[in-house]
Amino acid sequence: MTVMEQRGAYRPTPPPAWQPRTDPAPLLPDALPHRVLGTDAAAEADPDLLRRLHKELVRGRRYNVQATALTKQGRLAVYPSSTGQEACEVAAALVLEERDWLFPSYRDTLAAVARGLDPVQALTLLRGDWHTGYDPREHRVAPLSTPLATQLPHAVGLAHAARLKGDDVVALALVGDGGTSEGDFHEALNFAAVWQAPVVFLVQNNGFAISVPLAKQTAAPSLAHKAVGYGMPGRLVDGNDAVAVHQVLSEAIAHARAGGGPTLVEAVTYRIDAHTNADDATRYRVDAEVEAWRAHDPVALVERELTERGLLDEAALQAVRDDAEAMAADLRERMNQDPVLDPMDLFAHVYAHPTPQLLEQESLLRAELDAEADGTLGAGPHGPEGAGR
Amino acid sequence: MTTVALKPATMAQALGRALRDAMAADPSVHVMGEDVGTLGGVFRVTDGLAKEFGDDRCTDTPLAEAGILGAAVGMAMYGLRPVVEMQFDAFAYPAFEQLISHVAKMRNRTRGAMPLPITIRVPYGGGIGGVEHHSDSSEAYYMATPGLHVVMPATVSDAYGLLREAIASDDPVVFLEPKRLYWSKDSWNPDEPPAVEPIGRAVVRRPGRSATLITYGPSVPVCLEAAEAARAEGWDLEVVDLRSLVPFDDETVAASVRRTGRAVVVHESGGFGGPGGEIAARVTERCFHHLEAPVLRVAGFDIPYPPPMLERHHLPGVDRILDAVGRLQWEAQS
Ligand SMILES: Cc1ncc(C[n+]2csc(CCOP(=O)(O)OP(=O)(O)O)c2C)c(N)n1
Repeated sequence: MTVMEQRGAYRPTPPPAWQPRTDPAPLLPDALPHRVLGTDAAAEADPDLLRRLHKELVRGRRYNVQATALTKQGRLAVYPSSTGQEACEVAAALVLEERDWLFPSYRDTLAAVARGLDPVQALTLLRGDWHTGYDPREHRVAPLSTPLATQLPHAVGLAHAARLKGDDVVALALVGDGGTSEGDFHEALNFAAVWQAPVVFLVQNNGFAISVPLAKQTAAPSLAHKAVGYGMPGRLVDGNDAVAVHQVLSEAIAHARAGGGPTLVEAVTYRIDAHTNADDATRYRVDAEVEAWRAHDPVALVERELTERGLLDEAALQAVRDDAEAMAADLRERMNQDPVLDPMDLFAHVYAHPTPQLLEQESLLRAELDAEADGTLGAGPHGPEGAGR
Repeated sequence: MTTVALKPATMAQALGRALRDAMAADPSVHVMGEDVGTLGGVFRVTDGLAKEFGDDRCTDTPLAEAGILGAAVGMAMYGLRPVVEMQFDAFAYPAFEQLISHVAKMRNRTRGAMPLPITIRVPYGGGIGGVEHHSDSSEAYYMATPGLHVVMPATVSDAYGLLREAIASDDPVVFLEPKRLYWSKDSWNPDEPPAVEPIGRAVVRRPGRSATLITYGPSVPVCLEAAEAARAEGWDLEVVDLRSLVPFDDETVAASVRRTGRAVVVHESGGFGGPGGEIAARVTERCFHHLEAPVLRVAGFDIPYPPPMLERHHLPGVDRILDAVGRLQWEAQS
């Protein structure tokens, strides 16, 4: 008998404890993204929620425009705009309770601001006066993460720790479509599912990772499908439909809060601006595509719904716009003031107790600053007798 | 005189005892890693912890180093004190992104608002006949990263004391456990583990007058042996055990070299771009007028860690150290 003929005997028997954990069918995302606005379901959307979303969307759009303008004036080193993606940003901020945590990527300044962060503090990283301009514990917003997907395992760890402590806290982590290819994405989802951690992952699929389109990023039917392999549900949602994103995220968060474990949500959206102000988007996409997405604008979708239902008259609309304008004016004015920096801060937050080496370097800088103040900088010893300094 | 019943303990047991005592003293201390639970770790350092404290406090994680350290970051953000085990030195590399971009920098990024009290235990170094990827000396990578403490015990008592200190530290500590010293023994009073000594202080393991051997971790016993052997040649060698590379104890090292006038740095990681270059430079800057000879280095070769049957040719041993000590007769040579 050949080995091939014997194959049945070679088939490994699963260890007795092994059981398929779940039927994958309920974990699979729907074929089409969940939508509310522009469908019959919109009629049931709560007017107060609609108004709240609208106000935040208008503020968010205005914020993106203002921050982009500030890069042109040299006030920000760089700004990754989320214009076109405001529905995801705003919904992410509004679905969380105060005790919950948000784990943003570098593009998600807006979500942090919509959660209540001071707009100027939220821009500290991008202005360059410090890395994180706020106390993460105060707002329960983790530092904006520049290395892709690395914030995802943090969200899992925090949610897990909260549950161990018996706290009713959920973490919501944001990541881009490109970030889903990183190992940290995989490790975070796997940990979350194994630990049944109360965490929700929101992928903002805006079509591109800088210039690379989704088709070159993954061969999966959708990014939401990736959830199934980890044993968690995947949900697909229209990322420009603020009500739909709010709904899907709320359900996922309620599921996590009730002990159901993590969910992966993919929001299909589009980045209207370039990757950042330093990027030339005409190299990798055509205007027609951008225009098609402009016709599905997240702010306009909510505005139309409110107007058609008679929930927003001209005066109310003007009030929302005035509020956004005031926020932008305040942001502009405060960002146009030069931040006051203390160079000694360089050494202040490296360790709880500075090493002897840092203390030495600190006194070198102190002496340089003093010399700068007295105008004696550069007049140091030149001969060998100065070498012992 | 009171007599206490001293009992022998291995370094691995002392480390386990430190973990146990830290967990008993502070409910926020959590041990996690691959195989740390039921098995008690591949070196049995975490033996019994899961049984005593439960799976939630001593957790077998999925097999993913970035995930382990990344999750520890989030746990520390929420007020826990994770103690992470990386199974072997070379398997910590997948976690470097988390270590360097987040663990080392979180305090700094948040202006001190969010310190991360994480201890990362890494069984490290060679000399146990491990196959490839089980014997790396990775300290140079860690010490080049501001924001981390880099600590390595060489004695059984230090294994206990330094690990307690590391866990209590509000800063992240990379705790390098010399694998070949895991089974080294010392006797101590089991009811009263050794006093906790602060991280960042070097100690003179053996006083001497004619030259200083500056070393740490697995090379400490080798240097002590070399110092004994050198007596026959008329050398009275002082051995300084650094105990941590970050913070670095310039004071103790410089004071020793000023007394002896000669120094050799000994470590098993490669010499090029290795810790010895940094240490030699620091000594030269501080002791130039006291030096009778250049500061020499005895290090591992600048090669990927060799296969086990060749490792004895790579690791700095007594002969290579004595040879360097001989070369400290600088005047006679030049
Ligand atoms: C680990 C890592 N690799 C590379 C980069 C450089 N980089 C910054 S943004 C970006 C594209 C990210 O695309 P995506 O995840 O889709 O997010 P989006 O920019 O579309 O919001 C890249 C490659 C990075 N920040 N981190």
